[in-house]
Amino acid sequence: MPLSTQSQTDDAQYILVASLDNARNISNILKAITFKDHAIFSATPNGLKVTVEDSKCLQANAFIQADIFQEFTIKEDSVGFQVNLTVLLDCLTIFGGSTVPGVSTALRMCYMGYGYPLTLFLEEGGVVTVCKINTQEPEEPIDFDFCSSNVTNKVILQSESLKEAFSELDMTSEVLQITMSPNQPYFRLSTFGNSGNAHYDYPKDSDMMELFQCTKTQINRYKMSLLKSSTKALALSCKVSVRTDSRGFLSLQYLVRNNDGQICFVEYYCCPDEEVGDD
Amino acid sequence: MDCVVTGGNVKVLAKAIHSLSRIGDELYLEPQEDGLTLRTVNSSRSAYACFLFAPLFFSRYVNPEGHGFRCKMAIKSVQAVFRSLATLEKTVEKCHIELDADRNRLTFTLHCKHGLLKTHNLSFQDSESLQALFDKDSSTNVLKAQPRVLADTVLNFPPSLDEVTVTVSDERVWFRNHVDQEAEPSKAMLTELCLSSDEFDHFEVRARSSVTFCLKELRGLLVFAESTGLPVSMYFDKPGSPVVLSVTDSVLDGNFVLATLSDESGVQTSDRAGTPAPPADDFMNDELESYLIAMDTSMAAGPSVPAPPAPLAPGRVGSPTATPDPWSPAHSEPGEDLTEEEEEPGRPPNKKFRSLFFGSVYPPGSPLGGHTPSSQKVLASDSEEDG
Repeated sequence: MPLSTQSQTDDAQYILVASLDNARNISNILKAITFKDHAIFSATPNGLKVTVEDSKCLQANAFIQADIFQEFTIKEDSVGFQVNLTVLLDCLTIFGGSTVPGVSTALRMCYMGYGYPLTLFLEEGGVVTVCKINTQEPEEPIDFDFCSSNVTNKVILQSESLKEAFSELDMTSEVLQITMSPNQPYFRLSTFGNSGNAHYDYPKDSDMMELFQCTKTQINRYKMSLLKSSTKALALSCKVSVRTDSRGFLSLQYLVRNNDGQICFVEYYCCPDEEVGDD
Repeated sequence: MDCVVTGGNVKVLAKAIHSLSRIGDELYLEPQEDGLTLRTVNSSRSAYACFLFAPLFFSRYVNPEGHGFRCKMAIKSVQAVFRSLATLEKTVEKCHIELDADRNRLTFTLHCKHGLLKTHNLSFQDSESLQALFDKDSSTNVLKAQPRVLADTVLNFPPSLDEVTVTVSDERVWFRNHVDQEAEPSKAMLTELCLSSDEFDHFEVRARSSVTFCLKELRGLLVFAESTGLPVSMYFDKPGSPVVLSVTDSVLDGNFVLATLSDESGVQTSDRAGTPAPPADDFMNDELESYLIAMDTSMAAGPSVPAPPAPLAPGRVGSPTATPDPWSPAHSEPGEDLTEEEEEPGRPPNKKFRSLFFGSVYPPGSPLGGHTPSSQKVLASDSEEDG
């Protein structure tokens, strides 16, 4: 195999080597979080985490566990760098986006350490492309300090119903208001646009609602422009968990199944736009 | 106002609103005893559309405010309620429309599958009554066809086409794209379709006529007709009088009233500056006409000529106006096609002939000859006092 022979001599120098038989298993997830150009990569023996942030209010994290990769070797406890995500995606899809069955792009991602570029070996149909992408000093991702113990309300919904709502959201509304309550309306998405307001209510006993754990009524508003960025991840997912903590911070967790049926997670954190007030 | 639409009727309502949006930007809503009317008019007041939904269309229809409540709102806002038309049938179980008079809001609540509830509170403005005066029952000509027939017909015209001309004779109907007089003739493409009377459910032509109206507006109605499968009726008289397109069933009535181009110079659309009135046309007679037909074998017989019909060649078609035009042989008849392309140096007689032709081919007194210019105004906005 061209890829393996090429890297035999360099392998010792790489502190991170990750291989995938189908590059789509990583490119699809990364496409979902490409709302900004730069991404922070953080690799640990558990796997890869890619972080994208927007205006210090929104953060998206894509988790690709080590066992998704055909090969995942890491020589340090933690490896971090920052790259231009758009460029990376262009490289990952360099052979085009054709979905001919049986044909896929194989990927070998290698990194030698601080100051070195991220090297990608991509192969399809015997043709090999080598890409070297410059890396930057990784910024420290924001810590939203969102911990499970502080979660006030939590629901898990099947993505299908939320997808429809998100596609219909009134974009003339500057905010998306999320109401979570143990009482009516249980779980509500609201918009306030030019022509009036709109509400999407999900009752707690809906068959789309897999889990409903709301302890306290909370109404929070989030900037529509920020939350719209999560639509792609929603589109890929089959389930979504929505959680708010006592401060009104929002956590959206999407369960994504890739082509091979393996599970990855994408999570979004968003700060509230203003406190409407908790009842 | 408090009404509920259930099942498949939700989609019918949504489609009606969607087709109204092809005419105007504002939706006028008026609940009355005989049902709910949704109306719109375009900005130039040359097209008006109205849907009346009888109380039986609804599973509940209550009008506690009685007469007098009317409102208008941006049609886009109402369309936003019924987004994703394709899945409407499968997801929406019922739609509740309720007036919140205190807050000047009209609430649309969609009860969907899986218990999902979509509520839209739309703000509205009080409005005057929008009413067009038309009497389709006194129309000279009435055609009724299955929506598929008309949809397939308009499919042949490019989406960018503005106006279409419909010409009827005793047994046939021609649909032709209207070419602007100012358009460059060598670059214009002409398309013409001929349908025979047996393609129509009802074909009543009391006078041969040719009317030109906006195709986009017809398409708007066809969107609705196709999805509901209701036949479309077309009522029209002479150029300048409005054409009324209508769909009806036991619980709804939709009417699109469209202005038509008048064929004389009297009252024209703003594009056409005043052109001279046609001179006396009494020197034209049938003999000359048949001579014209005989000269160019590629011409097909049109509705004006008793000769047997032949396949139409694409050709230059006379514009509805009567100005002297090197290409237009006469009045707007599809029969007198003389193609510019087919002209060769050896055919100067054709050109000469054509330059002689102006005015109506028919002797005055025939339905198509000697028209008096008629007003293009079709609408009377009945502004009542607010009550």
